[in-house]
Amino acid sequence: MMGKKILTLLLLALLFSPFTTFASETVTEQTATDEASVKAGIKKYIAHHLEDSYDFSIWHAMGLEFPLPIILIDEGMHVFSSAKFHHGETVAESEGKFYKIYHAKIYRTDTEGTITIDPETNHPEQIKPWDFSITKNVVSIFLFGLLIFVLFTNVARSYGDTQIPNKLGRFLEPLVIFVRDDIAIPNIGEKNYRRYMGYILTVFFFIWFINLAGLTPLGINVTGNIAVTFALALITFLITQFTAKKSYWMHIFWNPSVPLFMRLPLAAIELLGVFIKPFSLMIRLYANMTAGHVVIMSLIGLLYIFNNWFARGAFLGLTLFLSIIELLVAFLQAYIFAMLTALYFGAAVEESDHH
Amino acid sequence: MDKLLDQFSVGLFFWQIILFLALLFLLRKYAWKPILTSVINREESIKEGLESAELAKKQMRQLKEDNKSLLAEARMERDLIVKEAREAKDNMISEAKDKAKEEGAKMIEAAKSAIQAERNAAVNQLKSQVAELSIQIAEKIIKSEISSNARQQEIISAAMQNAKLN
Repeated sequence: MMGKKILTLLLLALLFSPFTTFASETVTEQTATDEASVKAGIKKYIAHHLEDSYDFSIWHAMGLEFPLPIILIDEGMHVFSSAKFHHGETVAESEGKFYKIYHAKIYRTDTEGTITIDPETNHPEQIKPWDFSITKNVVSIFLFGLLIFVLFTNVARSYGDTQIPNKLGRFLEPLVIFVRDDIAIPNIGEKNYRRYMGYILTVFFFIWFINLAGLTPLGINVTGNIAVTFALALITFLITQFTAKKSYWMHIFWNPSVPLFMRLPLAAIELLGVFIKPFSLMIRLYANMTAGHVVIMSLIGLLYIFNNWFARGAFLGLTLFLSIIELLVAFLQAYIFAMLTALYFGAAVEESDHH
Repeated sequence: MDKLLDQFSVGLFFWQIILFLALLFLLRKYAWKPILTSVINREESIKEGLESAELAKKQMRQLKEDNKSLLAEARMERDLIVKEAREAKDNMISEAKDKAKEEGAKMIEAAKSAIQAERNAAVNQLKSQVAELSIQIAEKIIKSEISSNARQQEIISAAMQNAKLN
C-alpha cells in the first residue's frame, strides 16, 4: 500500500518536474523583474535547454551538477574537465591553447576569450576544434542505454527452464511481443523479420526510453538533437541498403512494372526516395521532440509572464495536460520510427513475385 | 536549416553511433535472443499443449464411445447367455420329465408283470394245495367209507352196476 502511494507521488512529481527545475533556474537567472527581461530570460532558457551541455546539471539552484570530461582534437588531443569553463563563463586553458564556449560550442580563442562575429555569415570567426566531449547527452545516452540493458538482460535471465517471465518481464515482454507482432512481422513478413528484430527492438526501446527521460527532471533533450536522430536514421539507411535483395534495386533503377520510357525518370525519383526516407525519419523524430519540449517549456514560461492566479492555474492545468500528451508522443514517436524502419526493411527484402 | 547544420555536433553523432551500436550488439546477444527464444519456445509449448489436450479430448470421446459400445455388447451377450441358459434349463427339465415318465411307465409295467407272475404262482400253488387237500379229504373219506365191509360191498355193487360190462 505504502509503496504504491510513494510510486504514485513519484510519478506525479515526474509529471510536474519540468516545471520545478525550470522554476528554480529562471528565478536565479533573472535579475530584472520587468516583463521584457522575463520574456527574454524564458526564451534564452528554452534555447539553452534544447542545446547539449558540457556539464550535467540536475538542479542548478541546489548545486546538484557535475562537470563532464571535455575531449578536443586540435593539433593533438586535449582532455580536461568542463569545470574549467565555469558554465561557459571563463576561458579554459589546455596545453597552451585557450577555449571558450559560445552558443554551446567550443571555440579556440586567445587568453581573453574574444569571439569575433563575421558580419556576413553571422558565425564566429574563431576555429572550432573537433569536439568529442562527453556531453550531457552522451552521458544520458550511456545511462539510459545501460538502464535498457540491465532491464532486458534481467528479464532474459529470469526465464530459465520454466519459461515464465518475472515481474519485470510481465511488463516488458508484452512490449517486445508488440514490437514483433505489430511492427516487425506485418511490415517485413514472417520469412525475413527475424534478422531485423534486434535492431528494431533496440531502436524502439532506445527512442522510447530516451524520450521518456526527456520528461523527467533531468531536463535532458537527446532525441530533440539532430545529431542523434541523424545517427539513428543513418543506421536504418545503411541496414536497408546492405540487406536489400536484387528485386529492391530492380524496383528502383529498372522498374519492370512501368512502361520503358518512364523507367529512367522514375529511377531518378526512386533514388531520391532512398535518401528522403531516412531523412524524413531524422527530421520527424527531431522536430516532434523539440516541439514537445518547446511547447511545454513555453507554457511553463507563461506562468511567469501572467501575473494572476486564474491564468496561472489555467496554464498549470494545460501544462499537466500537455505533459500527459507528451507521454503519449514519447511512445508514438518510438513506434513510428520503429514502424517506418521495419517498413523500409520490408521493402528491401520483398520478393518481386507480385509483379 | 542553416542553424541546424551549424548546430550539428559531430562529437555527439560519433558517441551516439558508438554507444548505440554497442547497445545493439549487447542487447542482441544478452537480451533479445534469449527473450525471443523463450517466447517462441513458450508459444510452441502452449500450442503443443493445446493440441495434445485436444487430442486427449478426442481420445476420451472415442474411449467413451468404445465403452458404450462395449457395454452394449456385453449387455447383449449377457442377455444371450441368460436366454440360452433359460432354454437349456427348460430343455433339461422337460427332458428329465420325459425320462422320469418313461422310467415310471417302465417300472409300472415291470411291477404289473411281476404282480401277474406272483398271482399266477399263487393261484397255481393254491390249486395244487387244493388238489392235495382234496386228495387228503378224499383219502380220509374213502378210508372212512370203506372201513366196513358192508360199505365196501355196496360200493363195489354200485360200481358194478354202473359198469355195464359189454
